[in-house]
Amino acid sequence: MNKTVNQKAWFLVLPVLVLVAFNAIVPLITVVNYSVQETFGNNVFFWSGITWFEDVLRSPRFHASLGRQLTFTFTILAIEVPLGVLIALAMPRKGIWVSVCLVLMAMPLLIPWNVVGAMWNIFALPEIGLLGKTLNAMGFDYNYTRQPGDAWFTLILMDVWHWTSLVVLLAYAGLVSIPDAYYQAAKIDGASSWAIFRYIQLPKMKRVLTIAILLRFMDSFNIYTEPSVLTGGGPGNSTTLLSIDLVKIALGQFDLGPAAAMSLIYFLVILLLSWIFYTVMTRDEANQ
Amino acid sequence: MQDIVLFSQAWWTEPLGTWMAWTRATIAFFLFIVAAIGSMGVWEYYSPGGAPRRGVFAIDTTRGDRLFLSLLGSAFIFMAWLYVFGTPLWWPLGICGLWTIFTFRYV
Repeated sequence: MNKTVNQKAWFLVLPVLVLVAFNAIVPLITVVNYSVQETFGNNVFFWSGITWFEDVLRSPRFHASLGRQLTFTFTILAIEVPLGVLIALAMPRKGIWVSVCLVLMAMPLLIPWNVVGAMWNIFALPEIGLLGKTLNAMGFDYNYTRQPGDAWFTLILMDVWHWTSLVVLLAYAGLVSIPDAYYQAAKIDGASSWAIFRYIQLPKMKRVLTIAILLRFMDSFNIYTEPSVLTGGGPGNSTTLLSIDLVKIALGQFDLGPAAAMSLIYFLVILLLSWIFYTVMTRDEANQ
Repeated sequence: MQDIVLFSQAWWTEPLGTWMAWTRATIAFFLFIVAAIGSMGVWEYYSPGGAPRRGVFAIDTTRGDRLFLSLLGSAFIFMAWLYVFGTPLWWPLGICGLWTIFTFRYV
């Protein structure tokens, strides 16, 4: 049978290409152009070469924000992924409670990011917030606006509250797609519940978990709105993550050159880490 | 404008005053990227063989993956050199060349 070769369908991709060009490629190229120049506004530029890259790469401030960013991202991944899988395993597979659970789980995802930040900001206030006041009444010296440790605790709690649902929903989708025959076979073999999890459920969830981890990694590495509303990067600089620092440099100080260099380095770090995650997690699949 | 010598450093780095703040140096950079991607198409057209293969890192890569890896790796080689030794960047340019050859042959 002869298949018709017709490459004209590629033209259908054109609208998307134009859209992506204007919302991603053109800005990215402009950032590259900015990163090698100095400007005082008014579209007047001076060449500065790779000075900004050298400055950013060697600046303790950048190292500190990058360190905080990595700590934040890997902490929330270490909490959200196992917790999400556990909740998905505990959720009912049949009956009326399925929809109740799913709706409850989806709720945090429907709330706009700045509202989540504002909610937790008030919720955790030590004098009037439910969480802050309760913790203080229980004898903890809790004040997220003053103590860095408390600010981190609140930040991570907020992110776990907001985004674990995503992992739950994806893991749940993976779980319900496993045919009953697998469980029946496991029962006949007398497999323990750990063995069922390890050899049936986990491998079947692998693909969706890969997506969940990648999404959570990229989103948390780019996180801006929630911490910015919750703590504004404080107290001091203790919760100034990369994106918050970037906005401070670009918009607060109007240092567009260094900010452009920093965003490119930021972009390359995300690109590298995402590639590593993706490659490691899909490698076994290719082996089979 | 007239005292700038063609292909001198000032010629390359002179801001052109256009939208997106172009300079000739950054135009050249992006032309290089476009040419690199374009040449992958030409290479595949004249000598097909871009199917995934298993290399020294035990991962499956196509020719496009290898181009991506060599560019990404080069960016990090430059950044590492800049962080440790600073300018000039001729040595890391050489290392990037070797890295690209290594990536295309063995990865």
